[in-house]
Amino acid sequence: MTDIVQPNNAGVQAAPKKRSRLQKLAQNESLWRGITAIAVFLLIWEIGARWDEWFGKEWMIPGVGLIPPPSDVFAAWLKVLPKPGYWDSWYQSFKRVLSGFLVAMIVGIPFGLALAVNKYFRDVFFPPFEILRPIPPLAWVPASLIFWPTNEMSIAFVTFLGAFFTIVINVLGGARTIDVRYLRAAQSMGASQWDLFSKIILPGTLPSIFTGAAVGMGITWEVVLAAEMISGGGTQGGGGLGFFIWNSYMGGSLEQIVVGMISIGIAGYLSSSAIRLLGDWFMPWRRLF
Amino acid sequence: MNVSVSNFDEAKRSMTVSQSRGALSIRNVTKIYDPEGVNVMAVKDCSMEIAAGEVCMIVGPSGCGKTTLLNAIAGFHSITYGEILLDGELLCGPGKPKAEQGAERMVVFQHGALFPWKTLAQNVAYGPMVQGRLSKSLALEKSRDMLAEAGLGSVTEKYPGEVSSGMSRRAEIVRALINDPKVLLLDEPYRAMDALTKSIMHESLLETYDRTKVTIFFITHDLEEAIFLGDKVHIVTTRPCQLKKTVNVDIARPRSYETQSSEEFRLLMEEVNEAVHEEAIKAFKAGERELA
Repeated sequence: MTDIVQPNNAGVQAAPKKRSRLQKLAQNESLWRGITAIAVFLLIWEIGARWDEWFGKEWMIPGVGLIPPPSDVFAAWLKVLPKPGYWDSWYQSFKRVLSGFLVAMIVGIPFGLALAVNKYFRDVFFPPFEILRPIPPLAWVPASLIFWPTNEMSIAFVTFLGAFFTIVINVLGGARTIDVRYLRAAQSMGASQWDLFSKIILPGTLPSIFTGAAVGMGITWEVVLAAEMISGGGTQGGGGLGFFIWNSYMGGSLEQIVVGMISIGIAGYLSSSAIRLLGDWFMPWRRLF
Repeated sequence: MNVSVSNFDEAKRSMTVSQSRGALSIRNVTKIYDPEGVNVMAVKDCSMEIAAGEVCMIVGPSGCGKTTLLNAIAGFHSITYGEILLDGELLCGPGKPKAEQGAERMVVFQHGALFPWKTLAQNVAYGPMVQGRLSKSLALEKSRDMLAEAGLGSVTEKYPGEVSSGMSRRAEIVRALINDPKVLLLDEPYRAMDALTKSIMHESLLETYDRTKVTIFFITHDLEEAIFLGDKVHIVTTRPCQLKKTVNVDIARPRSYETQSSEEFRLLMEEVNEAVHEEAIKAFKAGERELA
């Protein structure tokens, strides 16, 4: 059996190496479908936005009001691209998201694991955790604005909360649903408590950790944007993509609002891609699915 | 068993020769589960003697308490009365209701329990590594050797999710064997497999057994499997689990798939079938009573 499989296998593996990366990318059907979908979406948007311009007011689609067409948005984007203020907004938002998210991971993963493996810890900390968890992060904004000395710290705190609860609940759930067969098998083979934790519970929880991270990252962006809109306009700190949108709204630049929104979309996409890549790196056995 | 690479083959040979270990005595074992105060007797006064190097097949209706017995031997569950001994040493009994888990009694689970986050080679190397018997590189080397011996040489670096269920089940048996166990405890390991894969699994297990002569405690529903693999077939009653009948399988080893069409095989099938059928009817009626 082995003899037949191996040369065949080698042949299959050697073949794709002849094509360059670029060629492979150009032949990727999923990629082209994605590009086409976005192009079609933009086209429909453009037609919808320019409808009245082209066909007159009487042909306007009811309910559709002032939408800047993508071509105008693109033009507005080109205008802000060279401005350092725009990139500073990116930087500010990313900094807040990453710091809140990282602290939530650093605190949340051990906290969730401790809840999962230690009954006493769970008895003490789970009830207060469950009472605090349903409070939406944005409900914390007024309290944290008063409590924390600077706006920046309030935003960071609220961002942290956004990711923290999701990460903890995912880690806890993941660690507690590890199949008892794995634990029994490992114990039969002589695994110590530390081996069980580091070699079974931790890798067994990794998928849940990354699920929690992906969801938490999404919530973090939501929270940061909202917090920036609420508090970012003040004298200290400020900035960020949330404030960029708010500022455009105040200034009445419709195109720039959409530029801000799309920027957030791209930023969110970049963040979740990073988490996916990290997930693939940490969990090679999941790459096959 | 600290094996360096140079005398590896020799150690393997000595392993196959000196195998007068792994005798299991199950004496008057009773197990009463007590969920919410309702006594459920899973095993009642069950006794069996399993000689060293014997392939002992346990056959009985579903839910009869066979797995309870296996869990008691493995040390996953406690027993209520009776005692279990391995090579004359008490595993569990009066004053020690639950056996310690140990690498001399390796379990191969019903649905497989290879760690999905480790490659087959890493899975097999896990035991010797956590026990500190071998260094990581030596354990991996030995693991690859043993996988190759079991016909899995081409998939040692694959994850369990990448190979077929048959391959992963064979790898799991290798993972058990690398710990040099006295007893291999198998809980319906080939249950969900199609007939073709199953027959390949059987031949592979027999081949492994002929090489290692490890004692095998094998739970199954499949009567043909029981006779084809076993030295003895213990038929147990429906809940509570008790030994009903022992059938000796005197078919010479090594056995091949042709064995299954022989006359003696057919006669044994009849004998086992009769006993099992009786229990199946009893189990069915008991189920009806519970529902009425």
